[in-house]
Amino acid sequence: MSGKPRLTYLNGRGRMEPVRWLLAAAGVEFEEIFLETREQYEKLIKDGVLMFQQVPLVEIDGMKMVQTRAILSYIAGKHNLYGKDLKERALIDMYVEGITDLMQMILVFPFSPPEAKEKNIDSIKERATNRYFPVFEKVLKQHGQDFLVGNKFSWADVQLIEAILAVEEKIPAVLSGFPQLQAFKKRMSNMPTIKKFLQPGSPRKPPPDECYVETVLKVFKK
Amino acid sequence: MAGKPKLHYTKGRGKMESIRWLLAAAGVEFEEEFIETKEDLEKLRNDGVLMFQQVPMVEIDGMKMVQTRAVLSYIAAKYNLYGKDLKERAWIDMYVEGTTDLMGMIMYLPFQPADTKENNLALIIERDGASIQQSHGHDYLVGNKLSWADIHLLEAILMAEECKPDILSAFPLLQAFKGRMSNIPTIKKFLQPGSQRKPPADEKFIAVVRKIFNI
Repeated sequence: MSGKPRLTYLNGRGRMEPVRWLLAAAGVEFEEIFLETREQYEKLIKDGVLMFQQVPLVEIDGMKMVQTRAILSYIAGKHNLYGKDLKERALIDMYVEGITDLMQMILVFPFSPPEAKEKNIDSIKERATNRYFPVFEKVLKQHGQDFLVGNKFSWADVQLIEAILAVEEKIPAVLSGFPQLQAFKKRMSNMPTIKKFLQPGSPRKPPPDECYVETVLKVFKK
Repeated sequence: MAGKPKLHYTKGRGKMESIRWLLAAAGVEFEEEFIETKEDLEKLRNDGVLMFQQVPMVEIDGMKMVQTRAVLSYIAAKYNLYGKDLKERAWIDMYVEGTTDLMGMIMYLPFQPADTKENNLALIIERDGASIQQSHGHDYLVGNKLSWADIHLLEAILMAEECKPDILSAFPLLQAFKGRMSNIPTIKKFLQPGSQRKPPADEKFIAVVRKIFNI
């Protein structure tokens, strides 16, 4: 047993990707087990390792953690990415929750019917440019610091860079009205741990394709 | 300005109810300002007090907090209902996230077509009730001390029972848990008529919510 966190999920982004991002940004090496068949998933349930019969599952520090937010909060807390006090934590939580709402739209997008896809892209663009990005553009402009909260790298920064890149994959020019976010994106992408994660061969997963969607449906039989 | 926390939401449970529960259980008095029309919501948006143009919004300790989970985490930590260390917090978070999923599904039942309701409810209760029941034999879920996880679970149990009164029939430990928790003085008070606890959504309330939020 190596002591590295061990992630169990499909071989794709889904709900595990933010966990991969946060561990990578914190410079933490991890192992992965990929679910490819329904049988593997059923075995996990039968073995009683999934508290609510769901993945993501992250084995870390002797715990079998489930529930993405719980996992991310633990990692952030452990690796000093959660602010210096309760109020900074509150800000980080608010930012992360907002970004998560935006990422949820991207998460479900591959599973929408073909005829709805164009409309969904428009919705993502609308929300990103009218509701979420303006908030962070303003925050960065107002304090002029490199990071969102407390002048220090935190979970909120990792979540935001992940979201920016994910939205850009769908809407390449989405940052055109947001100069602060463009600079933020550049700064984050150049941080050593994140730079490494963005290189080919890292644990970062590619955008979901039809094959991934098929695997999800097969394994979870939604 | 210290003052009491001030809650901005519609006059019903929705996403604000868990916050009311937690404040009440912690013995914290709070004020409420109710959104009754679309114009009320627009005003809050135009005043720039809703970070992501959404409610719940809670004015607390000089912050205008939004995002239910962020608000709940802050209150839990402030009032020592979040465990004694990182690991206890992890357990509390896991339990809370699971019960949130359960309550979320129950909350959206009125907005779903009739035929899917029955199936969904049975599915989620079977899944979540079993797992929490299995946990262990202490009075509280985590660290042998009252925490956010216990309060959230009680809220979920009562909500589930409103949907299906005999839902706890297969879970004796949960029944005992419900009994113990309901007798905690602050919670007992919250469960009495005249408290700030809100009733289950009825047709009239659902219509108002649809109108205000365009859903």
